[in-house]
Amino acid sequence: MFKTKNFMKIALVSVMAASFLAGCGGDKDSKGNSKDVFAQIKEDKKIVFGVKHDTRLFGLKNPSTGDVEGFDIDLSKALTEEMFGDDVKPEYIEVTSKTRVGLLNNGKVDAVVATMTINEERKKEVDFTDVYFDAGQSLLVKKGSKVKGIEDLKKGTKVLAVKGSTSAINIREKAPETTVLEFENYAEAFTALKSGKGDALTTDDSILYGMAEEDPSYELVGGTFTEEPYGIAVKKGNKELVDELNKALKSLKESGKYDEIKDKWIKN
Amino acid sequence: MLDFSILTNYTDLFLEGLKITIIVSLIALICSFILGTLIAIMRIAPFKLLNWVGTAYVEFIRNIPVLVIVFFTFLVGNFGGMIAGTIGLTIYTAAFIAEAIRAGILSVPKGQMEAARSTGLTYGQAMRMVILPQAIKIVIPPLGNQFINLVKNSSLLAVVAGGDLMYQGDLISAMTYATFDTYIFVGLFYLIITIPLSLGVNFLEKRMARSN
Amino acid sequence: MDFFAPFIEVYTADHLRFLLEGFWVTLKVAAASIVLSFIIGGIVGTLRYAKIPVVSQMLAVIVETIRNLPLLLIIFFTYFALPEIGIEMEITAATIAALTVFESAMISEIIRSGLNSIEKGQIEAGRASGLNYIQTLRYIIMPQALRRMVPPIVSQFISLLKDTSLAVVIALPDVLHNGQIIYAQKESYVVPVLVMVSLMYFIVNYALSMIARRLELKQI
Repeated sequence: MFKTKNFMKIALVSVMAASFLAGCGGDKDSKGNSKDVFAQIKEDKKIVFGVKHDTRLFGLKNPSTGDVEGFDIDLSKALTEEMFGDDVKPEYIEVTSKTRVGLLNNGKVDAVVATMTINEERKKEVDFTDVYFDAGQSLLVKKGSKVKGIEDLKKGTKVLAVKGSTSAINIREKAPETTVLEFENYAEAFTALKSGKGDALTTDDSILYGMAEEDPSYELVGGTFTEEPYGIAVKKGNKELVDELNKALKSLKESGKYDEIKDKWIKN
Repeated sequence: MLDFSILTNYTDLFLEGLKITIIVSLIALICSFILGTLIAIMRIAPFKLLNWVGTAYVEFIRNIPVLVIVFFTFLVGNFGGMIAGTIGLTIYTAAFIAEAIRAGILSVPKGQMEAARSTGLTYGQAMRMVILPQAIKIVIPPLGNQFINLVKNSSLLAVVAGGDLMYQGDLISAMTYATFDTYIFVGLFYLIITIPLSLGVNFLEKRMARSN
Repeated sequence: MDFFAPFIEVYTADHLRFLLEGFWVTLKVAAASIVLSFIIGGIVGTLRYAKIPVVSQMLAVIVETIRNLPLLLIIFFTYFALPEIGIEMEITAATIAALTVFESAMISEIIRSGLNSIEKGQIEAGRASGLNYIQTLRYIIMPQALRRMVPPIVSQFISLLKDTSLAVVIALPDVLHNGQIIYAQKESYVVPVLVMVSLMYFIVNYALSMIARRLELKQI
């Protein structure tokens, strides 16, 4: 009696667990293999953008409303309207620097608009549109810090960055004497900076502006020491989607709508 | 099959990580042993207030994630990742060690305390010279287990840039893009520490069982 | 009074709802992993106890290896390394998979030692009454062993619930992850948020351990 009741309960819960897992895996057909993404978008009447959820000004989830807000979101909405009018609805999924390429490749997202710098390495894995924003790597310090630029990052100083980011790699090259501490994401790195774990935080100036806006006792110093042109990434081989996005981007720039969106978010 | 060049190219990082992991685990073990013993004594001492404080500590710390404790010590304290991680690990492990030691002390027959007091020793002296030494024998296998847990939990330093083996592994896998191979090597390094410890604890447990 | 200001700022209805949403994810992930690891751990533990040649030894190696690795490593490996050999999982599935692998190994040990703690005399008595090995296992050994295993198994469940917090590193939207988003807004938010997160874990885990203690007392 004891064991039969137990087995029944276990069987019931494991059926629930199994269906929960199945639900987890398959909420969206993977669009990948040979089907053209652009055609699929028109067919499904929706385009899925991968955006950041943790980057103020570009892609930030608002914990009170649950919405994601930022330049990348507004730009992608405008591009969708430009390309498809009302026929296709934009949807948003969270990506991080680590996951964005993987999610493109397995079809969970159609395009990545997530502060992604165009470079030769990445061009081997994904296709990029034209540049939609010019950023550059810079440093964020507490106002009044003795660090005024990259030359001040001498031995004994500590710089914070995000694990595996190009900023982390660059800063090690450009300031080889400083100690670099890497964290899981920008929020953790900034929280660490605010707790005094480092002298400066380094990543794209666009992202740093968001942090300075959040806490004005921090400022950017030293200007930019690299060029980080942002592009929208799509799965390799989807030329039509890239061309359409480029066309739409160009017409947004010509009509002034691009500047409107940019001025809304980037106030420097 | 596995790309061994990762191992050879980054030997210094792997070894640095291994060194930090071992040092952090040892320091945390010693500190949590001291703290744990203190708390265990607080729980059984004949003072209601101490009992309550000790029990509150154990019950609270044991039921919350160690990562939360580590984040707390890292963000609220003025320490770097490695030290904050060590302190966090100590706070957490001490709660478990306190339980093990308390169980060990309680398993020493009551008569021992009475006999010790009747020869003129104070409570503190009786504890130190008669009860604790016997309790510690029973406590060594669970202590060994806690040490293994400590080594595994020390991997949390990776989340606060603590320079341990897991952290180095993260950096290396980001630099080489060979996540699979790198983490296999990291795993092997952990096993080099934990498996001998595990066998050691098993051996001790069998010996304890036999001597009973 | 200044000390409490951040607490009041943080404990708004919106923030608390956000944290509870995260805690709900924590509970769901833990529940799925618990059930799966109980099943897998039960099977593996029983197979090891039965001392089947080759199978039991292979399982022993696998279990010992997993038990001696950090769970954080297993989580990273499942989410970041497996895609390299073609196994892609999204965050929730990867968390459940990693937790299940680790906890199954742990539970298989509890089950194996639980079974081992039943005296050999019981098996002999069972065989003597005409039951075969499997029947002896099912009707005589298991019920007694299961009763002994309840406290360590509940304790392992509590561990599992706490361990889900490790998945913040792969951005699982659990309570700790949502807490991080809240305290990213202001440095003074860190303490109130972590206190609330700890309380949520504490309440659930303490309740579970009380239930375990009740069950333990009932058996005697």
